[in-house]
Amino acid sequence: MTGPGHLEPAASATAAAAAVADAHRREWAFVLAATARVTRDIDLAQECVQDAYVAALDAWARDGVPDKPGAWLTTAARRRALDALRRDTRLRSKLPLLVEPEAVPAPDGTEDGDVIPDDRLRLVFTCCHPALARPAQVALTLRLVCGLSTVEIAQAFLVPEATMAARVTRAKKKIATARIPYRVPQEHELPDRLDAVLTVVHLLFTTGHTAPGGTALVRPELVERALDLARMLARLMPDEPEVRGLLALLLLTDARRATRTGPDGRLLLLAEQDRTGWDAGAIAEGTALVVHALRTARPGRYALQAAIAALHASAPDYARTDWAAVLARYDDLYAVWPSPVVALNRTVALAEVAGPAAALAAVDDLAADGRLAGYRYLPATRADLLRRLGRTAEAARAYGEALALCDNQAERDFLAGRLAGLGRIR
Amino acid sequence: MAKYVILIYEREADYAAASEETLRGVMAAHNRFAEQAPKLGATILGGEALTGTNTATTIRNDIVTDGPFAETKEALGGFYLIEAEDLDQALAVARLCPAQFGAVEVRPVMVFG
Repeated sequence: MTGPGHLEPAASATAAAAAVADAHRREWAFVLAATARVTRDIDLAQECVQDAYVAALDAWARDGVPDKPGAWLTTAARRRALDALRRDTRLRSKLPLLVEPEAVPAPDGTEDGDVIPDDRLRLVFTCCHPALARPAQVALTLRLVCGLSTVEIAQAFLVPEATMAARVTRAKKKIATARIPYRVPQEHELPDRLDAVLTVVHLLFTTGHTAPGGTALVRPELVERALDLARMLARLMPDEPEVRGLLALLLLTDARRATRTGPDGRLLLLAEQDRTGWDAGAIAEGTALVVHALRTARPGRYALQAAIAALHASAPDYARTDWAAVLARYDDLYAVWPSPVVALNRTVALAEVAGPAAALAAVDDLAADGRLAGYRYLPATRADLLRRLGRTAEAARAYGEALALCDNQAERDFLAGRLAGLGRIR
Repeated sequence: MAKYVILIYEREADYAAASEETLRGVMAAHNRFAEQAPKLGATILGGEALTGTNTATTIRNDIVTDGPFAETKEALGGFYLIEAEDLDQALAVARLCPAQFGAVEVRPVMVFG
């Protein structure tokens, strides 16, 4: 045997395993989406794709890694799918099929050669259909688009595996039974439907960025998956400013990942972070995307959040942040997305521009409005402002309230540290 | 194509309190709905308005009782049976279905065999 495929058996098995793992992360969505077109049944497609990846381990170790791993896997998965459909024709009549309303036969030969239609967007929009509950959308996206196992998804969201399995099964059943179509929404539906997709990706990111419970602050695997998804969407929908905005937001936020905790795992505030440790490459990429995403008549919420993140990323230090610009962007953001969480975050900028007393008044208005009841960052923000105003006893009470609402250990340690620090001042 | 039922759940008390004019408005809205649904590519196969739950009789374990299956503020007050391409089309139709005193629920009809 000669050529690039010729490797020592042990080395080639390792190389094949690495290539399969890489193809799993990069190509899973493409392979599954293309296979679902043949099977019109998600479960069957998933099985065939899984088998194709297993077969690749042996085949690639034996014959070398193919030039186009995605195409190899797709061909293998589709062949398995056709075999399965031929073997068991009853399967076709028994199972409800995925709906493809505008199914158009592919132009001559394009389905067979190297060109396989890219159905990843169909897959994403089906997983994030509004007729599915948000947790189901999230679980399905991870399962079908990212190819994560149910066990992995259950671990990421700290729910029992059986719960997650039931959630995924139920969602897949609804897609088939209620005939949720396997297609990209039409132009007039796109803004709403795209918003659901972006929300799911953003939710994945925030869950990974600050884990809602447990000991670790960050769950890197979820952050990476969210970034992969955002990149994929940006490639597939290059003209959507909000898609660019989301990718920019994730890049700019994640650029600070290495500096968010100290060596002891303690949470570090933006003001305390070592800015030389920020990922300059991610910041440059994110900032370029923001500039582009803002070039539209009415920038959306992701573009505006990214713009705020870019202002932080470009500041030499906390004190020299352009707080007036940050505050102005928060005003723009609140205009398109009047969420109390946005209003709360805005008060942080307001404190820097107009002082902690003005910010405290705004926070108290928000607290009175009641929509943020139970949101741990409300008492935490209040506590910090009270601390800066020297109102120690009230600050201590607010830190206590925040602690009572917080399940993440790194955040709890931070709040407890601040609370203890108050004692020393007194 | 697949069949879906659009179930209309509304507050009966609001109907009882509604003026003649409001009720005429509801009727007109249903007539408009019947005209608009086919324009979306769906077909209305049937549909009825039901009399109030105070006229309902429930039978459970062969025991007949006066009243609805469940006492709820919002009660089933009518339905449409439609045929649509997929859930998106069914939801587009259901969105047009009048239910100013409540909400509509879309359910796929079970297919046997």
